[in-house]
Amino acid sequence: MKNLLYILLIPALFAGCNKDVDDVSLAYPVLQPTKTDANAGTWKTMLLTTPDQIAVAAPTAATGPDYTAQINEIKSLQAQLDDDGRGQINYWGAGAVLRWNEITRELIAKYNLPPVNNPDGTYPVPDANNPLSYPFFPFANPPYASRAYAYVSAACYDALVACYHYKKLYNRPAPYVVNTTVNPLLPKTDLPSYPSEDATVAGVMWEMMKLLFPGEQAAIQAKINAHLQARIASGANVRSDIEAGYALGRAVANLFVARARTDRAGTAGGSLTIQKQFEDAAIARGETPWISQENPKRPGMLMLFGRVKTWNFDSATLLSIRPPAPPATGSEKFKKELEEVYQYAKNPSRDQIRIAQYWADGVGTYTPPGHWNAIASDEFVKLGLSEVRWARNLALLNTAMEDAAVACWDAKYLYFSPRPYQMDNRIKTVVGLPNFPSYTSGHSTFSGAAATVLGYLVKNKSADFEAMALEASISRMYGAIHYRSDCEAGMACGKRVGGFAVTRAQNDGAGD
Amino acid sequence: MNYKLIQIPNKSTVLRWFYLCMVILGCTPGIAQSDQDALMMKKNEFCTGLMYQQSNWDQYWEGTLKRENLNIGTMKTQMVGYMGMYGITNKLNVFASLPWVKTSSSAGQWKGQEGIQDVSLWLKYWAVDKKGEKGRFGLFGLAGVSLPVSDYTIDMLPYSIGLGTTNFNARIMADYQRGKWFATGSMTYVRRSNVELDRTAYYTSGMHYTNEIKMPDATQWMVRAGYRYKNWIAEAVADNWTTQGGHDITRNNMPFVSNRMEATRLGANLKWEDGLVKGLSFLGGGNYTPEGRNMGQATTIYGGVVYLFNFSKKSTSKTDSPSSK
Repeated sequence: MKNLLYILLIPALFAGCNKDVDDVSLAYPVLQPTKTDANAGTWKTMLLTTPDQIAVAAPTAATGPDYTAQINEIKSLQAQLDDDGRGQINYWGAGAVLRWNEITRELIAKYNLPPVNNPDGTYPVPDANNPLSYPFFPFANPPYASRAYAYVSAACYDALVACYHYKKLYNRPAPYVVNTTVNPLLPKTDLPSYPSEDATVAGVMWEMMKLLFPGEQAAIQAKINAHLQARIASGANVRSDIEAGYALGRAVANLFVARARTDRAGTAGGSLTIQKQFEDAAIARGETPWISQENPKRPGMLMLFGRVKTWNFDSATLLSIRPPAPPATGSEKFKKELEEVYQYAKNPSRDQIRIAQYWADGVGTYTPPGHWNAIASDEFVKLGLSEVRWARNLALLNTAMEDAAVACWDAKYLYFSPRPYQMDNRIKTVVGLPNFPSYTSGHSTFSGAAATVLGYLVKNKSADFEAMALEASISRMYGAIHYRSDCEAGMACGKRVGGFAVTRAQNDGAGD
Repeated sequence: MNYKLIQIPNKSTVLRWFYLCMVILGCTPGIAQSDQDALMMKKNEFCTGLMYQQSNWDQYWEGTLKRENLNIGTMKTQMVGYMGMYGITNKLNVFASLPWVKTSSSAGQWKGQEGIQDVSLWLKYWAVDKKGEKGRFGLFGLAGVSLPVSDYTIDMLPYSIGLGTTNFNARIMADYQRGKWFATGSMTYVRRSNVELDRTAYYTSGMHYTNEIKMPDATQWMVRAGYRYKNWIAEAVADNWTTQGGHDITRNNMPFVSNRMEATRLGANLKWEDGLVKGLSFLGGGNYTPEGRNMGQATTIYGGVVYLFNFSKKSTSKTDSPSSK
């Protein structure tokens, strides 16, 4: 009987081990900007015509009973602060722009699920006015995601430029400077605290998320409350800083919401009639048209996304950077490329599968643009950027990636080229097969644009970003879902798209 | 397996190897479940064999919703397994198995995977043996470990050949035999290690920025009952596997390695020792999955051949297996 106990004890020894996982995001340090960027109110905005386009009233004097009451709010929150409260302060203290970018990524991942078909073989379309009944709105696929990241980032940027403008204008110091009995629980800063940059970001998010994730209002509101309470509890802001920032953020965001309602994304879903036109055009050119490989056949993803309004160049420029036609399916070059994919598919090495899966960013993930946001964030955290510079960098990155999606989708439906599996059913894949035409590769276009922008923003990592983009691009051949031409043309186009964001960056007054 | 005392004639080693080769090369594969049953090898007895198993499903549970998927069609998992069991003493056995697994589906473009999966090693200790007037009661303690022996991908479910965890298993098993009839019940706790993906972030019911996945442990219960006499065993088996946590597959999402996985299976097994060739046994059986969660509704069949050697000069055993008469 004693031996029996020993045998049963062996696994019990291991059962004691801790299984908790170290999460990179939760380990991000509290933000301590290396420079305050106090003059960011002069930086060139994306949509705002002037930094004071949205009026913000002057704060009341930092004296008198009203301000004292606000100071006492900080003190009473600090008096009852527990571990959870301190955790919230440090979590949000890593950066408002960073944390809300992460929240956007999380929602993208949650909603990046293609609707299941109806019993009759058709597919239901998510409805923004009825987001909580299946199919949930949105289906946050890569083009949708690129647009969401772009709007969130660009709106945060413009709102923070305005915020910094008013900070400098009104120059109200932080509560712990006005009243030295306030205990700052986050690093001190010389940056004026009115309006609050954190609340400005939160206000932007409230309006943007209504548009982008209308089924998530309650969860977003809970996060906003936690965020803003953490700011007050940290001693970084009094309530009037928060209220002014929040109102400013909402007002600026509404300019972006207005743009979003007319950027043609609402009609990008297309229809089977429109898809037939693309198909007929391909046939008329003597080409093999793309056919959905799903069962039942699913309409191509966002077939008119190529017409969505771009950020960093106009529609004439879009035409000028349009990738050339892919090799004809009857050509020797095409046959050679098809054979190359087949060789990758036939017996993929473990390392090829690793690379394919590392960059797959498919269903249920934050998508390739989200992956590049994660890569960028890891770098920006190390640099200790001010909130406004965080927003500016992410706005450049994400507007470039939405532009990349537009340029890529324009090519995809114009050329309407078949996937390798359609041309040769032996070509089985180790990543999901996207339900839209092959040429050009979205991953390659996103990555070319992202690496170009990030290489400009973090110059000493430029070669690393380039190498990552190349690996992301070739991962689609390892995954057996793209030809070499798709990847190379996508990368070339992406780099050009990224170049327009770099031009913006060179002229926005932010410097390096 | 030796539900009766089998003494291999002490003939030439050549003949033994002939038998072994016959077993390994020739015969119908199948599955032996020596970690799951109440049968013991005697000291110095060594039992080895090959098993083949095939599992099919064309419906699966997405959370609690049972569905089909026309982009998978019928999912097929084939397994060829090697197993060996050795009697260190009459009361302490060691059991090892190593399966090769291949997955494929009848529809869709996903590439099925194949490879050597997880080696497992069990110690089985016969702790209590009480003979009453009408029957005989046995209590067993088992400890097992299993771990992947190849670097297969776990991020391609349902095509992945395994979940990649290193498992530590603790099992307690009770067996009662009365005449030719028996019943066995067991409970297992499976301590599962965390696993790592080839990517740096993933979403379960929240976002995680790490390649490591916290894996829920699992429990299993099993009851089996039937006829066990001389060279035959015929039994009905019911078992249930339940992970202690994990999340449901969301609507139309892919399965994930740390999903909450549950399956209740009902099945039957047959074992028969060939009278002509001493030590040779045939196994076969199958099961069905009436209830599950985040798993396929699998129907499984298996068969196999095992061969028993006795390396002792002569049997010193005075104890026999609970099932022997």
